[in-house]
Amino acid sequence: MLSRVADAIYWLNRYVERAENVARFVDVNLNLMLDSPTGAIEQWEPLVLITGDQEIFKNRYDQATAENIIQFLTFDREYSNSILSCFLQARENARSIREIISSEMWEQVNASYLMVQEAAQDPSRVRWPEFFNEIKLAGHLFSGITDATMTHNEGWHFGKMGRFLERADKTARILDVKYFILLPSVQDVGTPLDEIQWIALLKSASAYEMYRKCKQHRITPNRVAEFLILDREFPRSIEFCLLQAESALHQITGTPAGTWKNPVERSLGKLRAELDYLTIEEISEQGLHEFLDNLQIQINGVGTKIFEVFFALQPLN
Amino acid sequence: MQFDGYEPGNFYDELFEAPGKPRPEANLLIEKINSLPSDELRRRQEAAQTTLMKLGATFNVYSDRQGTERIFPFDVIPRIVSATEWAKLERGLKQRVYALNCFLADIYGDRKIIQDGVIPLELIESASGFLAPCMDLKPPGGIWCHITGTDLVRDRAGEWYVLEDNLRCPSGISYVLENRRVMKSSFPELFAKMGIQPVDGYPGHLLDTLLNLAPKNLPAPTVVALTPGIYNSAYFEHSFLAQQMGVELVEGRDLVVADGYLKMRTTKGLERVDVIYRRIDDTFIDPLVFRPDSYLGVPGLTEVYRQGRVAIANALGTGVADDKVIYAYVPQMIKYYLGEEAILPNVPTYLCWEPKQLEYVLANLDKLVVKAANESGGYGMLIGPHASEEQRQNFAQLIQASPRNYIAQPTLMLSRVPTLGDSCFEGCHVDLRPYVLYGEDIYVHPGGLTRVALKKGSLVVNSSQGGGSKDTWVLCQR
Repeated sequence: MLSRVADAIYWLNRYVERAENVARFVDVNLNLMLDSPTGAIEQWEPLVLITGDQEIFKNRYDQATAENIIQFLTFDREYSNSILSCFLQARENARSIREIISSEMWEQVNASYLMVQEAAQDPSRVRWPEFFNEIKLAGHLFSGITDATMTHNEGWHFGKMGRFLERADKTARILDVKYFILLPSVQDVGTPLDEIQWIALLKSASAYEMYRKCKQHRITPNRVAEFLILDREFPRSIEFCLLQAESALHQITGTPAGTWKNPVERSLGKLRAELDYLTIEEISEQGLHEFLDNLQIQINGVGTKIFEVFFALQPLN
Repeated sequence: MQFDGYEPGNFYDELFEAPGKPRPEANLLIEKINSLPSDELRRRQEAAQTTLMKLGATFNVYSDRQGTERIFPFDVIPRIVSATEWAKLERGLKQRVYALNCFLADIYGDRKIIQDGVIPLELIESASGFLAPCMDLKPPGGIWCHITGTDLVRDRAGEWYVLEDNLRCPSGISYVLENRRVMKSSFPELFAKMGIQPVDGYPGHLLDTLLNLAPKNLPAPTVVALTPGIYNSAYFEHSFLAQQMGVELVEGRDLVVADGYLKMRTTKGLERVDVIYRRIDDTFIDPLVFRPDSYLGVPGLTEVYRQGRVAIANALGTGVADDKVIYAYVPQMIKYYLGEEAILPNVPTYLCWEPKQLEYVLANLDKLVVKAANESGGYGMLIGPHASEEQRQNFAQLIQASPRNYIAQPTLMLSRVPTLGDSCFEGCHVDLRPYVLYGEDIYVHPGGLTRVALKKGSLVVNSSQGGGSKDTWVLCQR
């Protein structure tokens, strides 16, 4: 298949997934703020820190107010990772491969883009919890439609790889929100407030109920982190996402599982194998934030290698 | 809505012979429409428009990054062409395309037609579509114009004339196919009774035409459709045709010249391309030979093409015959190459580079339509009878400054077809663009795009200037 087409399907999926996850981590913060004791200082700046785009934010806004940050992350046309920009780019990618994807997929992306664009006309009228919920649903609809209407061929596998790599990266970031929020008040650990915050975090990853089912009721920081990082069965955990991305990759290349022939297979395989044998205690030892930071760097590295191996093909001269 | 009060007026009406008297081939259609409950026709029209929007049969109006796509306005009352009428058009178009192909091979080869004094050399070389780098080119099978979209019109007497040939990359066929799909669900009962020739075979014929260009010894040649990309106004059509033919839709950046062949970049490495269906203008196709500022093409493609290692449809350089001065010579070409009279006449054309004709044109600007030789799409045009004195003065100066670049034609009263208006049927002017494919044989696709000037009284059918389209029903021989 054409490199450009594979690239477009890969990014179409990444952008839809990205929009969904930006909605998730803004939503978790909204929830945390609602449950904070009155008088506590609202912490929004961490959201921008997590995106890694604090420079862009500072250049465009005076203050890190809730309003500015939500505007930046949802409707800012100039910021390429805002929800609106993600859907715009997803739509442009979809448009360039309309003859490859199903028309249902195109219509879904188009409708989501139009919905966000309309909301952006007047942000003061947006009811945020509902809006973020709609964005999450838009993401689910798109992946469901993709799985149910597109042949599971090479292009589909590129899409799947994009979706799961993006999700792995974003679950790491959602988990990181908690780190930043908790930082100034370590004494709260283990208090009822702390538990409420962890519940909010699990809910933002649609993980609360599933966590309860498999971890037998108790909510402890380590077990929540373990669930979101190392669980092999929960579809938003980092380990699960890497397993899925890796299986899509091997479907594309035909290389047997557990072996590698190109740098993408090697770096992704290595990362996934590391998680296979890691325990949450080892992660705590090196520090959750440091671990997540490092993980994001490695996932980015996989993305770079995908670009080099599959998309940026140069002729030999 | 009823046809009772419909007034064909002093024009050739495609559906009516006289007020209240439909042409025989339109009888069933008129009867059917008259029998519909009031507003049912409008309901079907609206349903048709909605379906077209859903199908995404749109063209782009891309002035900002919002991404606006509009449908080409569609009118639910079809245009009907009888079997005998069509048989004549088919013969005429085959003859014309055959002669044009001889002409292209000749002027980029031996140039006999110039030596024999039929067309002056300077007219050829001053045509903007003439490409010197194509001299001595030998396209596969000697075919240059694989796809032609000839524009035909009818005058007040119902006579057919050729208005333009469109030998570069004629567009619009996707509307023909989508309009038909919609009409079949709007009037299924008529399709059962009337014997209307189907149009769905076009993508298959186009693919055959393209495969015919591939080297004969290849078991599975690779055909691609080359588009300028999603911002092009006809992008929907490019994507639609690629999908219908099952070929890869590529952009210039997907292609690269390597080891002397044209290849496309795939996830499994470089793969050879054998035939290009190009929807990019000649001069954008290779920055090394033509416009160096083009990002749409492929550096080095022309050389691979000259070596015969890739085929391009249409061939490069065919635009020379789209020059309106060269167009005026097509009847002479038919005579010169085939020894026949043209079955389909040209619209009478005055060439301003000839002093006597120039004099006539300048003296009669208020009666004539003046066109720039190298423009299309309704641009660079003066419709004398509708223009102001000042506009005519301006054009007179333009013509005198460069007579080679202008031609003039009498103002034709184009034929009309009843069209759904706000409260009644109104006659609107139409033209017809049939599509002709030159593969192993010449094939004329039964139908074509009927463009209609929806603005009341307007003679301009271009989509950029308030035009729409209608389905074209070519009837089977009974």
